[in-house]
Amino acid sequence: MLSEALVEIRDVNFAYDSRPILKGINMSFPKGRLIAIMGLSGCGKTTLLRHIGGVLKPTKGYVKVDGQVIHELDQDGLYRMRRKMGMLFQFGALFTDMTVFDNVAFQMREHTDLPEEIIRDLVMMKLHAVGLYGTQNLMPAELSGGMARRVALARTIALDPMLIMYDEPFAGLDPISLTVVGQLIRRLNDALGATSIVVTHDVQESLKIVDYIYFVSDGAIIAEGTADDIRASGEAFVHQFVYGEMDGPIPFHYPAGDFNLDLGVKDQRGAA
Amino acid sequence: MPIARGLRGIGARVVNGVWRIGFGARFFMMTLFYSGMSFRRFRLTVRELFFTGVMSLIIILVAGLFVGIVLGMQGYETLKRYGSESALGTLVALSLVRELGPVLAALLFASRAGSAMTAEIGLMKATEQISAMEMMAVNPIARVVAPRFWAGVISMPLLAAMFSAMGVFGGYMVGVVMIGVDEGSFWSQMQSAVDFQHDILNGVIKSLVFGVAVTVISLFEGYDAPPTAEGVSGATTRTVVQSSLAILLLDVILTAFMFRGD
Repeated sequence: MLSEALVEIRDVNFAYDSRPILKGINMSFPKGRLIAIMGLSGCGKTTLLRHIGGVLKPTKGYVKVDGQVIHELDQDGLYRMRRKMGMLFQFGALFTDMTVFDNVAFQMREHTDLPEEIIRDLVMMKLHAVGLYGTQNLMPAELSGGMARRVALARTIALDPMLIMYDEPFAGLDPISLTVVGQLIRRLNDALGATSIVVTHDVQESLKIVDYIYFVSDGAIIAEGTADDIRASGEAFVHQFVYGEMDGPIPFHYPAGDFNLDLGVKDQRGAA
Repeated sequence: MPIARGLRGIGARVVNGVWRIGFGARFFMMTLFYSGMSFRRFRLTVRELFFTGVMSLIIILVAGLFVGIVLGMQGYETLKRYGSESALGTLVALSLVRELGPVLAALLFASRAGSAMTAEIGLMKATEQISAMEMMAVNPIARVVAPRFWAGVISMPLLAAMFSAMGVFGGYMVGVVMIGVDEGSFWSQMQSAVDFQHDILNGVIKSLVFGVAVTVISLFEGYDAPPTAEGVSGATTRTVVQSSLAILLLDVILTAFMFRGD
């Protein structure tokens, strides 16, 4: 990773009450790259994104975006920084009382003084970029899951952000939509010259498009590298995760007492 | 130790209640602080006025008419015993303008518009629309909450006035048209008995206070709702219960200040 880092995460620790979620995380996201953070549900991936977006403050360490420590910014500073970021939420989070057009135009109207004619042209360009030109008058309820995700993507890139974050962008998509969204993430990153962070547990799709991967388990990084490094990883958890094996470091059975004891086919001393 | 556990449970509920009152007060102050956008971009407030005010009109007008009709019938029965049927207009108007108009309109407003506001904001939170707005550097208190707050505060006195007007019309229909009370005395006694400052203005103040209370409770409950189906449903229920109790409690306090000794 040679180019300059847009996002730096240094020794970030975070806990909800006394329950640690992140334990000494160090990551670097160079400009122009598309990087994935992978791991099981609940391992702290989305919490990391929330730290980058300034929604959460680390209990120790810091997150720097574009040279500024996020948790030290006041509200105005944080909002100025967020105007340079875009975030795609897991299920799109489109505003359900607005049309597709108004959703994509939302940030332009809120943050710029552009005349409506220019906003219209920009919205159409963004919709065309995600292959949904012509849907501008539809309401979010009239869209399929894949289309909603693409509209949300168009909204995310409305102000050409320098940093785009994706929170589980592939969740619940059919194979065609999944490929479309995956390719769009890659193309938009390259076309905009942005830096993208994809939080996902969809291994196959993300390994096709990303430049680098961080593997997180139980709040700590356990592996990192390119897609080929990850595929060839000797780390047992990574291997189980990438190849979707049923048993391994993550056991199939929930850790509970002996089932045979519960059924009464074995006594306390273990005799059958 | 069941007693200790019980005491801990009570303590936790009290502490939680005090926390929520604190959060609610902070939420209210932030709503006022970030109200600038509601006036600079007044169309946002007008849109909410339509949903909270105009869409509540039918239930308010129908309920006002029914209450006026019942007041006319009951009032006539009582007044007839004392030979004062001609005071029916006064009775109907004062009852509505001072009490029933603001209180019943606010209770209906809480059930119809308040619960809708809570559910809408709760669902916006559950579907991450509020988080998305924050990540787009748009303050949801300024963009979502404040316009709804001002729409509620503006529409409440107008709805209460329409409730009272419809109630007076209902009383007129029963008293004058159906029973045959003298029309002249119905209106003239009402005109001489109802004082603008003492009755109408105090009624407007009441409905304004109720409007603030109901809208703040509804918006806070929605904003604070756990982002689950159960959380939103619980918040909607709390809105109706807390708003109704707040309206009745505030009515007692305001009435004690406004009408004592009259």
